[in-house]
Amino acid sequence: MFDVLVIGAGHAGCEAAAAATRRGARTGLLTFRAQDAGQMSCNPSIGGVGKGHLVREVDVFDGLIARAADRAAIHRRMLNRTKGPAVWGPRVQADRAVYQATIGELLRENGAELVIDEALRIMTRGGRVAGVETTTGAVECRAVVIATGTFLDARMFIGDKILRGGRSGEQASLTLAGQIRDIGLGQGRLKTGTPPRLDGRSIDWARLEEQPSDCADWTMSAFGDRVRQPQLRCAITRTNARTHKIIEANFARSPLFAGAIEGRGPRYCPSIEDKVKRFAGRDTHQIFLEPEGLNDPLVYPNGISTSLPADVQHAFVRSIEGLESVKIVRPGYAVEYEYVDPRRLNATLEVREMPGLFLAGQINGTTGYEEAAAQGLVAGLNAAARALDLQEVRCDRRSSYIGVMIDDLTLQGVNEPYRMMTARAEYRLSLRADNATTRLGSAALAADCVSERRRRHIEDHLTRRSSADWPQTDEGRADALYAPYVERQQREWEVVRRDSAVWLPRDLDYAAIPGLSTEMVERLSAAQPETLDHASRVPGVTPAALSAVYVAANRRAAA
Amino acid sequence: MARRRTAVGVSVAAMSVRDTIFALSSGRPPAAVSIIRVSGPAAHHAGEALAGRLPLPRTAALRQLKHPQSGELLDEALVLRFDSPASSTGEDIVEFQCHGGRAVIDSVLGALGSLDGLREALPGEFTRRAFENGRIDLTQAEGLADLIEAETEVQRKAALASAEGRLSMQIELWRERLVVLSARAERAIDYDEDDLGADEALLSECNEVASELQDWLLRPRIDPLKDGVRVVVAGPPNSGKSSLVNAIAGSERAIVTDIPGTTRDHIEVPLAIGGLPILLIDTAGLRETTDTVEAIGVERAAALTQSADVLVWLGQPQAAPNHPRLIRVHARSDLPERRRPPLPLGSVPVSSVTGQGLAELMNQLRTTVKTLLPSEGAIALNRRQAALIEEAAVALRDARNAELVILAESLRRARSAFDRLTGRAGVEDVLDALFGRFCLGK
Repeated sequence: MFDVLVIGAGHAGCEAAAAATRRGARTGLLTFRAQDAGQMSCNPSIGGVGKGHLVREVDVFDGLIARAADRAAIHRRMLNRTKGPAVWGPRVQADRAVYQATIGELLRENGAELVIDEALRIMTRGGRVAGVETTTGAVECRAVVIATGTFLDARMFIGDKILRGGRSGEQASLTLAGQIRDIGLGQGRLKTGTPPRLDGRSIDWARLEEQPSDCADWTMSAFGDRVRQPQLRCAITRTNARTHKIIEANFARSPLFAGAIEGRGPRYCPSIEDKVKRFAGRDTHQIFLEPEGLNDPLVYPNGISTSLPADVQHAFVRSIEGLESVKIVRPGYAVEYEYVDPRRLNATLEVREMPGLFLAGQINGTTGYEEAAAQGLVAGLNAAARALDLQEVRCDRRSSYIGVMIDDLTLQGVNEPYRMMTARAEYRLSLRADNATTRLGSAALAADCVSERRRRHIEDHLTRRSSADWPQTDEGRADALYAPYVERQQREWEVVRRDSAVWLPRDLDYAAIPGLSTEMVERLSAAQPETLDHASRVPGVTPAALSAVYVAANRRAAA
Repeated sequence: MARRRTAVGVSVAAMSVRDTIFALSSGRPPAAVSIIRVSGPAAHHAGEALAGRLPLPRTAALRQLKHPQSGELLDEALVLRFDSPASSTGEDIVEFQCHGGRAVIDSVLGALGSLDGLREALPGEFTRRAFENGRIDLTQAEGLADLIEAETEVQRKAALASAEGRLSMQIELWRERLVVLSARAERAIDYDEDDLGADEALLSECNEVASELQDWLLRPRIDPLKDGVRVVVAGPPNSGKSSLVNAIAGSERAIVTDIPGTTRDHIEVPLAIGGLPILLIDTAGLRETTDTVEAIGVERAAALTQSADVLVWLGQPQAAPNHPRLIRVHARSDLPERRRPPLPLGSVPVSSVTGQGLAELMNQLRTTVKTLLPSEGAIALNRRQAALIEEAAVALRDARNAELVILAESLRRARSAFDRLTGRAGVEDVLDALFGRFCLGK
């Protein structure tokens, strides 16, 4: 019997299992294969603008991702150096093998138990989660976190070849997908893609522009005790007219354009065939050649994800400078997968209709390791809360990117893979990568999920803020720089906070509220806002509808 | 993303406290009769405090309104009483139908404001309460809100119906430009790997929009058309201010609806000169003050002069306050000692007694006032629009010399001002523009 059982050992699942364990829950981590835990199935980079912010936030709660990234870093860059400290984006390229090994190590240290099996069905008792049925029997538990990523009824596309599976060479969770649909959580399908993997030994590096690693000494985790790996260089190359011509000539063979893929892909990370088609005016696109590891010749050509047939990939890649005689180790592919409507979750990532069931990561329509890890953290902390009757952990938009993301997901839902961007955070000037401890330290302490060492670090940090030398620290300087703007935003936030105090009952029947149009009833019923402020951010909800909802809630409260 | 707030831009939750509210609920003074309404749990108490015994519910009675603290007589008014829930808001209501002069209204509103638990209503708040208490349904509430809007801006609607469409179009154009600029800034922040520093083109386009907005803010506004251009007559004691005001008012056979008492610190005479709406303000009430009170009087005169759209100065020409629209008058030009040349250059000699020079002064007034009023059919901003556009302009000016993320914040603020101007929302628009126009991602 576990307190918490996590299904899926990707970035969300590992973080969830570790977080639940840190709160004292006996936690099982269920995965197809032991070696899959913490695998980076896409780009070997961690962090970036917005994403780096998420990593630092997860770190405050003693999460895994920042420490693992530091230990595996073979190339580091602080993005946006000239654009203001609020949007500095720490990013590392990680050695895939070291990263995975570190995650495994941290999990073992942490005490989460690996369970090698396939989840078939969530068992319930009286409408609440009671366990998971696997191929070998039933595992009882009080709370479940589903973090299956792209593995729910996933299909892979390489040209006209269609395979079942969520990642190259692996199986898909079909049975579980069926049950999730039966519960009524199924929403639709999304698409994501990867580029072909190249053999670095066949790249003509000498001809390409180098992108060296940062010299500056910074780390992802507040604990800067990384094992320093040798730093590698990335390189930049570009597509050209000939590349585009080859791709254009093969549009018909792309499953994307032929209509085989129905899922919607992210607009901000389009495949190369998409870029060539939609931005026909541009004669070149940048490609970043990122090494995947110290002892691994694989290179990830960031910028040319594709689902074109292998022979076309071969032809267009070789038209690119420096890649004239490159060897493709594994062709790129597109994955189409099922996701659930995150509006069915509340801010703790628990399914509203099924207490004890939590969802985290790509299954909620997000993309990216950092987004997954951050959700895993929240789901894990709250699954432990559910199992052990502890305080819930909620993040708000004002103080964290985690809060922005969960708020966006659970209120607005997604219709394309959701990626963290700083543009999504209206309180961006106070949500910096350098002040995560200041913003979330107290919440982490309150959640009682951190090590003794972290506790001391947070307490010291918060104390230091009132010391005389604070204005001379980097964080103190940034505080001063943004103070007037932050003050103004504080006033905006007051309005939000007032409206947040108006709770909307879960069983509020929007259809019965007089004066609400059918459209408003539909939008509000789908979003199930928890507070009046949430309701005000449901897309398309009018001020008039808000007042009607407010009155109805008040009447209910008075009755 | 504090967007899609209530129609009046006020948090819904802020309304939950049941204050007793009051407001002038008829049109702007001066008018023959003005209606002041009080609604809420303390309404009857407030009514008694001013009018003594209240009439029976749903009936009217003539009462003297007295200030609850000083006992000063404010007005004689028709007082109506409604009991909850049988009232337009569903709450207890008292209604005063007073004389429509500004002084009277100010004094009654002031007296109400001095009572505990009473506060002035926010725009649309009576309607909101009616809706919240189930007196009207949502459609009616929205309709009423429109109606209230139309009532206070009736002149604008009538005079500038055609221009309105063009104003919305202009606002939409600015808004779209800001969205595109925002999208450019956001793209650079979230997607540009090249860390090249400030985007000069982006900055200069922000400046361009800012100066365009500034130009618009300098244009004649709609409000003087409604409220009259404030023409302040100022000068030292006994320089002939009141006589001049009376002469101007008389010569134009202006409808003078406000005959104020001497307790007011200034006299406002609304009139029309050649069809142009003017609020003629005499600072005369200040002149008889002495000692410490004198100091206060001088301060008030200075404030009035500050707020003047046009300043008519009757003192020594060289002593005239600095003002962009100054008309110097050599008053009492009929007096022998004031007839002797040389007459001050650039001053209009006027005699309020003989009427000499009055026509010339009126002419100058008309010409000056005209520059402050929107020409017929021109697009003009009202106070609310101007305030929001100003907010946007200020935000954009702030962006100069700032790092990119602050520039983006300034654009966000500017957009938020425009969103409030048009009632539209933001972030999704920017993301759409971002994705629609740029090729993103590596």
